[in-house]
Amino acid sequence: MTDPESRPETDRTSPLHQIHVDGGASFTDFAGWQMPVSYGSDLAEHHAVRTTAGIFDISHMAEILVDGPEAGAFLDYALAGRLSAIAIAQAKYSLLLNPEGGIIDDLVVYRLTDDTFFVVANAGNREAVASALIERAADFDVLVSDLSDAYALIAVQGPNSREIAKATAGITDVSVPLDDLKYYWSTDALFDGLPLLIGRTGYTGEDGFEFYIQADAAAGLWAALSEAGRAFGLVPAGLASRDTLRLEAGMPLYGHELGIDSFPVQAGLGRVVNLKKEGDFVGRAAVEAGPRDGSHVLVGLATEGKRAGRAGYSVVTVSEHDPESVTAVGTVTSGALSPTLGYPIAMAYVDPDALEAGSPLYIDVRGTRIAASVVDLPFYKREK
Amino acid sequence: MMTDQTTLKYTAEHEWVLVDGETATVGITAYAADKLGDVVYVDLPKAGAVVSGGAIVGEIESTKSVGELFAPLDGTILESNADVDADPSLVNSDPFGAGWLIKVNFTALPTLLSFDEYSALIAE
Repeated sequence: MTDPESRPETDRTSPLHQIHVDGGASFTDFAGWQMPVSYGSDLAEHHAVRTTAGIFDISHMAEILVDGPEAGAFLDYALAGRLSAIAIAQAKYSLLLNPEGGIIDDLVVYRLTDDTFFVVANAGNREAVASALIERAADFDVLVSDLSDAYALIAVQGPNSREIAKATAGITDVSVPLDDLKYYWSTDALFDGLPLLIGRTGYTGEDGFEFYIQADAAAGLWAALSEAGRAFGLVPAGLASRDTLRLEAGMPLYGHELGIDSFPVQAGLGRVVNLKKEGDFVGRAAVEAGPRDGSHVLVGLATEGKRAGRAGYSVVTVSEHDPESVTAVGTVTSGALSPTLGYPIAMAYVDPDALEAGSPLYIDVRGTRIAASVVDLPFYKREK
Repeated sequence: MMTDQTTLKYTAEHEWVLVDGETATVGITAYAADKLGDVVYVDLPKAGAVVSGGAIVGEIESTKSVGELFAPLDGTILESNADVDADPSLVNSDPFGAGWLIKVNFTALPTLLSFDEYSALIAE
């Protein structure tokens, strides 16, 4: 065995850290945070989210408040989507682009009032997002505030998540009944009398809710959700299962499928960029020009057996006439043996010419070529 | 299968070795299994394979990563654990027992870590 993981290099912890320690979690460094990777069995946690429910601490995520009379117009300029068009309480997935069309981060934006938006960014991109938004706000009547340290974020995901949220003691004054809350909408509420934002959002491919609460009340909310979840098969779940869940659901992870050098269209996110919206926005000209011809595009790959193609592995084609002639045509960005499907799945950036030619693809798994089929994303879709 | 961990030998690569005559039974430690996460696939050497100490002879894959199995000593593979091949989760549920990986007929016994030395290593 090689040493499976290096020692923690950072000590940044969630407001729920002690709960995870008491719950027997093992931890991993994630974007400078010590976050639970699993509480014993990542596979059991994965299956629980698909069949009952899981509760995740994702307090490392960054929350940035955009407030002011020009907040909508500002976000239309700063982000790729048309955020001014969403209704109060609605949420929207969006992208923060640089002027060259590269992706600084992917985001979820909630509209709280006419003039107030709540931008949720990846932990590792907190500074990049906050500084880009502040810089882009110069000509707008708007205030950008990084509130990440003040907020905790708890996600409850899985088919039983709605019943759990409804049964949780201390959650009151829910503006929109959770039975009526639509996917990618939010409602305000109170927890123990403190402001609580509940979004019907998530990153697992299941129905679920995300709870934004002030950091010092997070432990109480986690306990209340866990207590309510006991009758519904709720288990604490860590980042390892979160990663296999989102992979099955075909959801991109920044640093893997998305990056500063990839255009939205390459990642299959062309629809997230609204070129019809009026006025300029950062990255517009570059997106209109498009990536250079032949730029690799993101695809789903399925393979047989049990050995997964993993991030960084090469995707290759082999000459029909000369089996020794192997050409690298792409790179895997994420991959795992799918716990739900039972076979290995991967996302990979692949040369569009190789896809068009229909040449058989292989993933080079540590020296062994394993045949890979291109499949539609997502790999897994829940029954509704 | 109960195994007294204090009587086992260990390597810095988080493997344990049970020496019985000229046969060494080898597995990975609970610490290593826990760090790997749920093991979903193992690739173990076949009986008869000649191995040398320190060489990579197999792989242990979890959902999130891949660990390499090193031969802790020179010798010939007598057997690899078919039960683990069929049910890799044995590596997590019983790493010192039913989750053993290979048996090696060794030619010489190198210096390995004692239980106390290995315990100190993982406590660092």
